[in-house]
Amino acid sequence: MSFHPLMAYDRARFQKSERKIADEGPPFVFTPERRAKLDDILTKYPPDKKRSAVLAALYLVQEQVGYVTAGGMRHVAGILDLAPAEVEDVATYYVMFFKEPVGKHVVQVCRTLSCALMGAERVTETLSEKLGIKVGETDASGTFTLLEFECLGACDRAPVIMVNNAQWYECVRPEDVGRLVDDLTASKRDPAFSGCHLKVEA
Amino acid sequence: MEPVLTRYIREPNSYTLAFFLKHEGYEGLRKALAMAPTDVIETVKTSGLRGRGGAGFPTGMKWQFVLTDTPLPKYICCNADESEPGTFKDHLLMERNPHLMFEGCLIGCWAIGAKVAYIYIRGEFFHVQEILEAELAKAYAQGYVGKNILGTGFDCDIVIHRGAGAYEAGEETALIESLEGKRAQPRIKPPFPAVAGLYNCPSAVNNVETLCNLPSIFINGPQWFAGLGPEKNGGPKLFCVSGHVKKPGVFEATMHTTLRELIFEHAGGMRDGRHIKAVIPGGSSVPMLLPHELDIPASFDAVAKAGSMLGSAGIIVMDDTTCMVWAARNLLHFYKHESCGKCTPCREGCDWLYKVLTRIEAGEGELRDIDLLVSVGNNIVGKTLCAFGDAAATPALTTVKHFRPEFEAHVSEGRCTVPADWRATGMPVAAH
Ligand SMILES: Cc1cc2nc3c(=O)[nH]c(=O)nc-3n(C[C@H](O)[C@H](O)[C@H](O)COP(=O)(O)O)c2cc1C
Ligand code: FES
Repeated sequence: MSFHPLMAYDRARFQKSERKIADEGPPFVFTPERRAKLDDILTKYPPDKKRSAVLAALYLVQEQVGYVTAGGMRHVAGILDLAPAEVEDVATYYVMFFKEPVGKHVVQVCRTLSCALMGAERVTETLSEKLGIKVGETDASGTFTLLEFECLGACDRAPVIMVNNAQWYECVRPEDVGRLVDDLTASKRDPAFSGCHLKVEA
Repeated sequence: MEPVLTRYIREPNSYTLAFFLKHEGYEGLRKALAMAPTDVIETVKTSGLRGRGGAGFPTGMKWQFVLTDTPLPKYICCNADESEPGTFKDHLLMERNPHLMFEGCLIGCWAIGAKVAYIYIRGEFFHVQEILEAELAKAYAQGYVGKNILGTGFDCDIVIHRGAGAYEAGEETALIESLEGKRAQPRIKPPFPAVAGLYNCPSAVNNVETLCNLPSIFINGPQWFAGLGPEKNGGPKLFCVSGHVKKPGVFEATMHTTLRELIFEHAGGMRDGRHIKAVIPGGSSVPMLLPHELDIPASFDAVAKAGSMLGSAGIIVMDDTTCMVWAARNLLHFYKHESCGKCTPCREGCDWLYKVLTRIEAGEGELRDIDLLVSVGNNIVGKTLCAFGDAAATPALTTVKHFRPEFEAHVSEGRCTVPADWRATGMPVAAH
């Protein structure tokens, strides 16, 4: 995305920055349902503080495209009366927004101290071998992306893995990893793994 | 102690409104709404409740500072960002007892004259947010939130706001920035949020556990609350124990309980055949304590006296298989990754600390690198807008202070000498 909509970025002519330029992505408008959802979220903030909904709007872009695109950010900027650069400024700060296409399953392994003490390094290592990709990479078929994450706030159930920013697996041992990957591939969720929810209900 | 905050968490459906109402739910709010807001603040001051988010600042006093003489709206911001490594108590409270937090938010709003409470929940807690939203809708439908609450004429909304992955968003002014739709970076203080907070209006930022303590203060009285712990450290407290213990988890106890009791009785002690090497008592940001320093009450004041901080009460236990250079490097990776970039000492310093630690851990360091760590660390401490800088330098500074020979061994042997069976094999250290 360019700093200014009328000034297309052309590295050679305008700047020498090594900054990664946001991926344009497909032409973007919110689906009517998502637009309605955003309009509803906007009612929760004072009418002149629409900017407060920017994170929510970016989540909706990501839900629709799979990652946050330049087109999506411009669209959000238009709705919230912001400059596209202001939206990009926010989007690039927060780690839960993907700035480039990711796999269908984004596997995010907690690497911070409590998880590491319980063997998170080995979990990541085993996942990396099983998936044939390094941390930060997406496999050739676009099925898996492997990421390391910082403390997820569930250190008593270390090591913790989060998938697609939402679905949690806990107390994961290296020997569980094969089953986890198979389950994700088959799009089924093994209840024995999941539920950060302290499950007391039947 | 009979648990107060976590009494029912293991009972089926304890998170639902119906269950909550059967167990004194919203009774504290009813009592508080029958009092004048100034009396509510006085009651909280008498109880001695101190903030559970990290700093231990008295909550009643924080509310008293909120500007009243103004036409501007006021806000309660509930800090549900819980990102301090080793901390997972708010997670449990929200999952199993969400209405307690809502009730606390409403009492806070009544006390400071706010009509909205924003709950800023970290983006990763999406499964928790779904529970919160469903329960909040029920509370609205039954008149506990929204218009004319409990028939008293008090109107108050609660809004759940999802963050998107940033540790710094837990710092109170950065949280406000993030709520306003900006990067989570801290503001220069003063002005404090009590004067110019959310949307530049008077605001109070309170931690989830802090707010959850309020209902019981109004149900049982402030003296009861104050009497539950040592002087100035009253009330029930949630402790998170993780790391190399047999039974990690959240434990509710008074602040009379010692760190040793929490680790060896509540959390089941060390893994078989292992002994304790170091303990971080209050989340990764606070100085480590050594095994002989654990016979102190886990209270704000006693842990401070021992040279550390109770912080967020995230107790991380490390046994003798832990390499301290590795531990420091692990935490500096966290701080380098999470530094918001606003202050140069922190942004650059964290990066350098991480690089130097990586070098030493890989066995490629020199002896002077150890002093370099101390020097870089000391050039961050006290030189940043928020407490992040001090927190980030701490793991490097305290590991060098207590475990210098381990750093020296990495340099002289060119490898790590601490045996760990849980480390990855492909890490940049020689095989153990
Ligand atoms: C870098 C940093 C991160 C913080 N993260 C959190 C957090 O995740 N949750 C929290 O409640 N307080 C956090 N705090 C403390 C808050 O700034 C603030 O003191 C607290 O929310 C006040 O609530 P309390 O008075 O109820 O403790 C953090 C502080 C700093 C400096
Ligand atoms: S360290 Fe992994 S959840 Fe806290």
